[in-house]
Amino acid sequence: MHFDRRLLKLLSGSKPAFAMTILFGFLGALCVIGQAQILSTIIHRVFLEKQSLASVFHFLGYFAGLSGLLFVLRWFGTNRATEVSATIMMQLRKGLSAHLTRLGPNYLKNERSGELNTTLIAGIEKIDAYFSQFLPQLFLAVLIPLTILVFIFPADVLSGFVFLLTAPLIPIFIVLIGSTAARLNDKQWQTLSRMSAHFLDVLQGLTTLKLFGRSTEQIKTISEISRDFRHATMDVLKIAFLSALVLEIVATIGIALIAVEIGLRLLHDKIAFEQAMFILIVAPEFFAPVRQLGARYHAGMEGVAAARRIFAVFDSPLPEIPNNPSLHLKNTNSILRFEHVSYTYKPDNRCALSDISLELQPGTITALVGKSGAGKTTLSHLLLQFLYPENGAIFFGDTNLQDIDAQNWRDQIAWVPQNPYLFNRTIADNIRLSNPAASDKLVREAAGQAHIHEFIEKLPEGYETQIGERGARLSGGQAQRLALARAFLKDAPILILDEPTANMDPRLERQMLDSMQHLMAGRTVLIIAHRLNTVRFADQVVVLSAGRIAEIGTHRSLLNKNGPYAELIRAAEVAA
Amino acid sequence: MKGRFIEVLRLALSYKSWMAFAALLGFLTVGNGIGLMMTSAYIIAKAALHPSIAELQIGIVGVRFFGIARGVFRYFERYVSHEVTFRILECLRVWFYKAVEPLAPARLQNYKSGDLLARIVADVETLEHVYVRIIAPPVVAVAVSVLMWFLFGIFDIRFSLTLLAFFLVGGTGVPALTRFLSQRTGNELIETRSQLSVMAIDATQGMQELLAFGRQEDHLAAFDVLNKKYVHLQRRMALVSGLHESLVGLIMNAAVFVILTAAIPEVNSQQMEGVFLSVLVIGTMAAFEAVVPLPAAAQYFDNSMKAADRLFEIIETEPIVEDAKPELVLDANFHLSIRNLKFRYPANASLVLNDLSFDIPEKSKTVVVGASGAGKSTLINILMRFWEFQAGLIQFGGVDIRRIPQEALRRHIAVVSQNTHLFNNTIFENIRLANPAALPQEVETCARLAQIHQFIAELPAGYNTWIGEQGLQLSAGQRQRLSIARALLKNTPVILFDEPTANLDVVTEKALLASIWPLAEEKTVVLFTHRLVGLENADRILVLQEGQIIESGKHSDLLKNDGLYREMVMQQNQLLSFDFMP
Repeated sequence: MHFDRRLLKLLSGSKPAFAMTILFGFLGALCVIGQAQILSTIIHRVFLEKQSLASVFHFLGYFAGLSGLLFVLRWFGTNRATEVSATIMMQLRKGLSAHLTRLGPNYLKNERSGELNTTLIAGIEKIDAYFSQFLPQLFLAVLIPLTILVFIFPADVLSGFVFLLTAPLIPIFIVLIGSTAARLNDKQWQTLSRMSAHFLDVLQGLTTLKLFGRSTEQIKTISEISRDFRHATMDVLKIAFLSALVLEIVATIGIALIAVEIGLRLLHDKIAFEQAMFILIVAPEFFAPVRQLGARYHAGMEGVAAARRIFAVFDSPLPEIPNNPSLHLKNTNSILRFEHVSYTYKPDNRCALSDISLELQPGTITALVGKSGAGKTTLSHLLLQFLYPENGAIFFGDTNLQDIDAQNWRDQIAWVPQNPYLFNRTIADNIRLSNPAASDKLVREAAGQAHIHEFIEKLPEGYETQIGERGARLSGGQAQRLALARAFLKDAPILILDEPTANMDPRLERQMLDSMQHLMAGRTVLIIAHRLNTVRFADQVVVLSAGRIAEIGTHRSLLNKNGPYAELIRAAEVAA
Repeated sequence: MKGRFIEVLRLALSYKSWMAFAALLGFLTVGNGIGLMMTSAYIIAKAALHPSIAELQIGIVGVRFFGIARGVFRYFERYVSHEVTFRILECLRVWFYKAVEPLAPARLQNYKSGDLLARIVADVETLEHVYVRIIAPPVVAVAVSVLMWFLFGIFDIRFSLTLLAFFLVGGTGVPALTRFLSQRTGNELIETRSQLSVMAIDATQGMQELLAFGRQEDHLAAFDVLNKKYVHLQRRMALVSGLHESLVGLIMNAAVFVILTAAIPEVNSQQMEGVFLSVLVIGTMAAFEAVVPLPAAAQYFDNSMKAADRLFEIIETEPIVEDAKPELVLDANFHLSIRNLKFRYPANASLVLNDLSFDIPEKSKTVVVGASGAGKSTLINILMRFWEFQAGLIQFGGVDIRRIPQEALRRHIAVVSQNTHLFNNTIFENIRLANPAALPQEVETCARLAQIHQFIAELPAGYNTWIGEQGLQLSAGQRQRLSIARALLKNTPVILFDEPTANLDVVTEKALLASIWPLAEEKTVVLFTHRLVGLENADRILVLQEGQIIESGKHSDLLKNDGLYREMVMQQNQLLSFDFMP
């Protein structure tokens, strides 16, 4: 548990720095031992040999020198420790963000993105304490007492044995702190987080509580829950603190024992004063590293818990990506063909698409219709190569899509999703996403074509308005029009569109549909349709039902066939 | 700024006797440590002079006493200080909740997302440690300096002065220095961290867009640049933060050095017994235990101040709606009348509601229709007194609603809101929120009316099924119907429905509307919706656009007009609403 193997592996790149941390810690302990020796010499000479300040002054000089050295060693030691953890955290952030990109949107769909962000930033920072504090201290808690013993034995064998007797208690304490106390501590932590969750629940539901006139009585509930928690936890802590009590008492009794034992033998001249003083000064240093380890234990274990969550992300299998597709397209104006394409979502083996065969002629509009869950989005994601067909293949002209470099392929596509994501940047940057090199003039033109230019101009900061948590929030309709502007700016031969379903002001909706018509002209279009007037103008309508193609044809021909499509349309009319 | 933190301290100070007790124990722990070390030094030095064993006896007893007492005091100190922490925690939560309750939802509007609310909870938690991390260390340090002043004063007042000076340098000079040195880097670090966090959010939530537009490599590269900058800043910060621990050590050694140089001539001139030389040196070293936690306390102090600032930013505002004092008896009638109502959100130029006037008679069936953004939800929030309107008059039962206490008003009007919160509790308790005294049969009746009983009955644990993190995840439609059941259970003379059928399939929608309209035999029913279904039953339809009523009348009359209502019906007919099918 302390030596989580995978966590230790992260050290591999920073071994020298980590070794330096330990080395500096060790050298620091040697300095402290040296200081104890010098101090006991000074006291001995002044006290018993009646030497003057001038005659011991060079010893004071050594003491000052060692103090300076100790200061530098400790300073550098902390520095090296931070270096280790900072490097590891940087690598983890880099690795994790790259891994998330490789995992792709399909993985992110199943994860709560808020939690992922926490892991990526706050979670990684929790690892800091493990590497910069807990782990070096674990080494030093063993190393320093042993070093001190090496110096005490020559000074006084009996005291050496007293320390040796208490020494085995040190590893026992490490285990003790690690098991019982930790378990109790963890339990307490769990209750604490449950209590925080309740507080959060109440805050989130405050409006609801108010509506039902139940908000004031929550004051009592919050107070009660906190009190219950306090009683329960204090019962646990009563016992948990006992290990700390024993550790403290062993340390202090150890010192008391040594003082009495040395004092009595000094009385009978069985030990020299200088040695006795040295042992007394060094005694607290013998126990200090273990006590510090106890203090750093919790932060270290939080790091281990955070590491588990990070490793869980690293362990998620990467989607199977066809072998280095390197082909670059020459002809960008070909037929798109789905041949017996199937796709199944992995975790739950839900069949999303099966045996889809379909042709999209260049410059034509294909409308996808069907209930939610019928496979419309999956089909568009296959075309975008967010997903790869499990069976069958998609061809562009004669080339299998999987043989084309994914980026080169996506360069041919402009995509307008149902709920476009707006980045925490300026409006101009958000439009430019599709074409980073575009001039301001082109960006404005694209915004104009998407009927959003006027709105942007009215904002105090215009195109430089920051979007997101710290900036302006746009409505769904405005976001969708920004996404349309992106598509205009990209000017790609293939267009994938998801029609908005939100209830919009009829006037705004007319503008939006007008922009979309404009955008579709002359391109190969796959549109997930939610409107009668869209399907009416489509060159072909593909009716999806439970992952299969139920029918293909034009609106008119399908109506005449009186099949599933006609049924859908009639049902929709009744619903409206 | 500092005043806010003092507010928090004042709250914590309601436990001042507990805190004083804990601080006393903390002082005794350190004091016993000092006692142990000084007595030990005394025994050894004295023994070197070969006195009779009787002269050492007191020292030996003292050492044993201090040794055991320190352990015991440490134990109780930890116990009591945790007790204090938990008491402060309780009082902070209650304090914050009491302060924020009258402000919801208006002031909390910007904190809707779970992330931001979680930050509030984290801020409250930061302040819980105010005693252990901030109050206790300096109090103990001051007490220890007083103790040392007297102990060293026995020998020479100069020793007391020296130690006090080094205490001051270690306890205040070091924190001040590190704070000064780290201020710029620290601010840069916080800024970079938040940029990094924003980029991480963009990377995960915007991944589809990044991939589709071939920008993922650019984004990763930009993330990496920031990542490197962050580590660079962390390194710079470590130079400073690594300083305080080692500096306190250096200062302790300097104190030992100065005290030795001052004491040695005194021993030589026999102004002071040589026995006490070691006692002074070791006492100095032991006393610094009280200084070690001070630089960290200063850091916690900064963090706590920031947390306090953020919390006060939320609550230090007057409630948006002033609550009426006297309890009015509302039983005459429940006629709602709205005259020339105007409303705009703060820091927003345009009027959301612009000169709105209409009446909703008792036991009538009214529908307010409008596209998203037309002002429907705002109107509900104003009727419920969550926001204060700027001009006009709203009367309920002939009384100005600004004169009706909010609790009383909400006892008479129930709302089925779009984003009602379901608590982490059972289905039964979630419905019964509206009326804690309701019987199981009453809960079931309301669930039936809300078309959710069938679903609940089919669950293995039925009404006792746990909702939320510990239990089942509900679909939007199910959540909505639960909130309807909840509002019905409240049994008020007026009930407002905000988009009650937005996430329901056609069959459920019809069934639900069929159970909503008959409610009007006993109470006023107002439906706010954009779904133009089943509206032929309404007594009157009000069409809202940009905060104004531009049309009103019965369904059949409005269809004859060539207005917005007709246009919206046509728009809806264009919609292939397959998803509304069962």
